[in-house]
Amino acid sequence: MHELSIVESIVDAVTETAAAYPGARVKSVRLRLGVLAAVVEDSLQFCWGLATEGTALAGAALVVKSVPVRVHCAACGRDAEIEGVQSFRCPGCGEPAADLRQGRELEIESIEIEEPDKVSESAKEQVGECGLPPFSR
Amino acid sequence: MTTRIVELRQGILKKNDELAAVLRERYMHAGVLVLNLVSSPGTGKTAFLELTLRRLIERGAKAAALVGDLETDNDARRLAASGAPVRQINTHGICHLDAEMIGRHIDGWAGVELDGLDYLFIENVGNLVCPSSYDLGEKIRVALLSVTEGEDKPLKYPTLFNSADAAAITKIDIAEPCGFDRELALHNINEIRPGIRIFETSAKTGAGLDAWLDYLGQQRLAVKS
Repeated sequence: MHELSIVESIVDAVTETAAAYPGARVKSVRLRLGVLAAVVEDSLQFCWGLATEGTALAGAALVVKSVPVRVHCAACGRDAEIEGVQSFRCPGCGEPAADLRQGRELEIESIEIEEPDKVSESAKEQVGECGLPPFSR
Repeated sequence: MTTRIVELRQGILKKNDELAAVLRERYMHAGVLVLNLVSSPGTGKTAFLELTLRRLIERGAKAAALVGDLETDNDARRLAASGAPVRQINTHGICHLDAEMIGRHIDGWAGVELDGLDYLFIENVGNLVCPSSYDLGEKIRVALLSVTEGEDKPLKYPTLFNSADAAAITKIDIAEPCGFDRELALHNINEIRPGIRIFETSAKTGAGLDAWLDYLGQQRLAVKS
């Protein structure tokens, strides 16, 4: 059960990235998880809910894309996806294929953020010198 | 409101991976061969490591061990009987070791310098899932499987066995009463990690240890050159 540690790492990375967009809200976080990443999506979703509750990331969706295993076959030279993770053999020629090219991914692909629209010039004029709108002065 | 997609393409365990890369560099620079031993609880990692350390020291090698457990320093005390410097890492609930813990325990290790070592063994927390995600900068990850566990363990935990560089079957002295199907176990390990070096060992009788120690010696030479 290391999903909580993984979620904490995701929260840190997303918070760091989102800080470059002040005022923006994170709508969703897209992950790429290899079939061999040994991470359970259900646990990840559960921990995500817990870890983001009451924070700026609350309500952001965690979207998980599963990445299948691809191997390179030394015998016939092809790169191919294998079905499942019970036998690492080339689906073409049936030879054992130890050279893993894909399937261990554990990465944040992107985040979707919602930004407030830029304040227009006319709207800016209504803001006083102190930077606050008139009603709050 | 404007919606925008910010591409990250960043490893979730980037911080661990960066720390592990620094450790790997340090191990290489010091010329020390580092191994990460992973298995489920009860496989006999400690007994296997204790005998390994004892035999390496008999051969004149300088070997040390870091050992991870949730609580207690029982394993460190057992391993220290081999004469090797041993340091316990208590994770207090965390189910794996990570690169930060390793770096911290190497740095504060009284009387032990990486430069003075030939071998450093890291005995991970007994767990067949989580340790596979955390790079400790090791050169060789060894997955252990005991004859009491069932031949299908590699199929049930493919990530760990697939990420291993070598495998050791332990407790082969009791294989027969356990009804252990050796051929099936070897087949299953090979299905998950084709071509992996497999050592069949017993910490009780010392069976298989010579082949294992010879392998360690070769790997150590490759690090040193």
